[in-house]
Amino acid sequence: MNLAVDDITFGYDSQRNVLEHLSFTYDSPEVLCILGSNGMGKSTLLQCLIGAFQISAGSITVDGIPVGNYKARDFARKVAYIPQSHTPSFAYKVIDIVTMGRTSRIGYLANPSDDDVAFAHEQLDYLGVGHLAEKPYTDISGGERQLVMIASALTQEPEVMILDEPTAHLDFGNAYRFVELVEKLRERNMGVLMTTHFPDHALMLGSRTAVLSGGRIIAEGLAQDVITDESMRELYGIEVHVRRIEDRVICIPGPLRAGQTQSEAAQHGDD
Amino acid sequence: MTEKKHAGFWMTLTGIVLIALPVAFFLFSLALGSYDVGPVDVCQIIWCKFVGQTPPQDALTVNVIWQVRLPRVCAAALVGAGLSVAGAVFQGVFRNPLASPYTLGVSNGAGFGAALAIVLSLGAAGIQLFAVAFGLLAVALTFLIASRSRRNTVTLVLAGMLIGALFSSLVSLLKFTADPLEKLPQIVYWLMGSLSGSSFEALAKILPFYIVCMAAVFLLRWRTNVLSLGDQEAKSFGLNVKRDRALVIGTSSMLTALVVSISGIIGWVGIVVPHLARMLVGPDFRKLIPTSVSIGICYLLVVDDLCRTLTASEIPLGVITGIIGVPLFLYFIYKKKVSW
Repeated sequence: MNLAVDDITFGYDSQRNVLEHLSFTYDSPEVLCILGSNGMGKSTLLQCLIGAFQISAGSITVDGIPVGNYKARDFARKVAYIPQSHTPSFAYKVIDIVTMGRTSRIGYLANPSDDDVAFAHEQLDYLGVGHLAEKPYTDISGGERQLVMIASALTQEPEVMILDEPTAHLDFGNAYRFVELVEKLRERNMGVLMTTHFPDHALMLGSRTAVLSGGRIIAEGLAQDVITDESMRELYGIEVHVRRIEDRVICIPGPLRAGQTQSEAAQHGDD
Repeated sequence: MTEKKHAGFWMTLTGIVLIALPVAFFLFSLALGSYDVGPVDVCQIIWCKFVGQTPPQDALTVNVIWQVRLPRVCAAALVGAGLSVAGAVFQGVFRNPLASPYTLGVSNGAGFGAALAIVLSLGAAGIQLFAVAFGLLAVALTFLIASRSRRNTVTLVLAGMLIGALFSSLVSLLKFTADPLEKLPQIVYWLMGSLSGSSFEALAKILPFYIVCMAAVFLLRWRTNVLSLGDQEAKSFGLNVKRDRALVIGTSSMLTALVVSISGIIGWVGIVVPHLARMLVGPDFRKLIPTSVSIGICYLLVVDDLCRTLTASEIPLGVITGIIGVPLFLYFIYKKKVSW
């Protein structure tokens, strides 16, 4: 699947554009991380990509067809979107939620077949959360809920999964597990396009990375090339050091020596 | 796998109970009343009529069952099932425990239509027709207002409140101007809801549409499930959210308008019964719809039985459903069974 974003502009009102002359392309099954600071329009960009927001200029096409021209059903067969967090209203069983991913693959008035349910079970097992199948979706933790949403997306059999800050609500351990999960999806040839607050995650994945700032993509390339002391300082407005420790490249916010201004380092903690 | 077998057994048992219970209540309600007819006689009369023979019971007994009680009990069953299913769908689509079939203003519209027909002396058929027409007009207006906004469910509920308020003011206006001796009591009585005037003719008029709407709601049950997850998730799963939601809400509103046209405005059934059903089988519409039908039938039959037997004269249905409904709902809240 090819996603082409060409010179788009979007604003919530006519006064101020959140995105301006933004362009990039994406081909599944690659992994693309979009980095950006708070309020820079990462979520807005994703909403434009899935056609939820109408862009005021430019074009977004999936396999050559503008996203606005897609039927929801056809679009769902190519693209799965997973929001930052999902607040459940009803105590559906986890397996029911995952099976809902089949909706775009079955007839308009059809119910999912036993095969569809079995396929949903397979996806839960694949993500290592098969034991959750019969639990109420309302009773599981935020991290588990996200895995369930990813299982639903897999059940959908899309060509790319678009995730909005998937690690934003995860604890330290689960955030790392998520990065491992993306590796796993990559092996399965599932495309992943995600926004993130954490340059480290892009570095761990070694994926293609785009930096969103001032409403446009200011840098694009492999994570280790794009994420540098300078670019991160520019993006987040704090001192950042990118260092290699053994085989890992990590990104350290704030000054490296004690006694220097801590306030700058503290700024990073708000997300 | 024994666990699965176990679950299957309970499912089957629940299924049998959900079918047997409404049938039992149906026959019991037919037997109930000041004119004594035993349940065996009731079955025999219905069977004989069904196969085209003359029942052995005397003509008066046959008439009481066939002409008086049967239409009323049938109406109670249709209204109970219709309101409960519509309520379940509305709560699901709006993701709101207080949503009811009347959320979009159907009842106020229908009330206005009925009051207008009464003032214009259009007769029973006219009242029924006006109730349906204005009930649907109210929903259409609600959709029209909400269509100008993107945030659809919240605006829909707000628009429904506005349209409801508008029509309820218009009803007040009609009541104010209506002849206080003849028309006003009729209007008031209609608005409180009652099944005492039920006839096969009135039922026959709505039945074809009723069946179509019920079937549509049932066929759309999986889609309704997906819609109840929320707009964004439903869209990601491949639903045309606006169209599918309009379809689901439209058919449920039609169903509501139809039953209101034969019963008047009966509150709380469409709120309480779906909650009961959800406690029993969970939120999955594949199970929730049949369960709501079954409980809805039982509930309204029991309430109507109370209405006609509790005192010497009839108590309006809407009064009793309100008196029973509020404490029931409070119980759900305290039990935290209003699951959100």
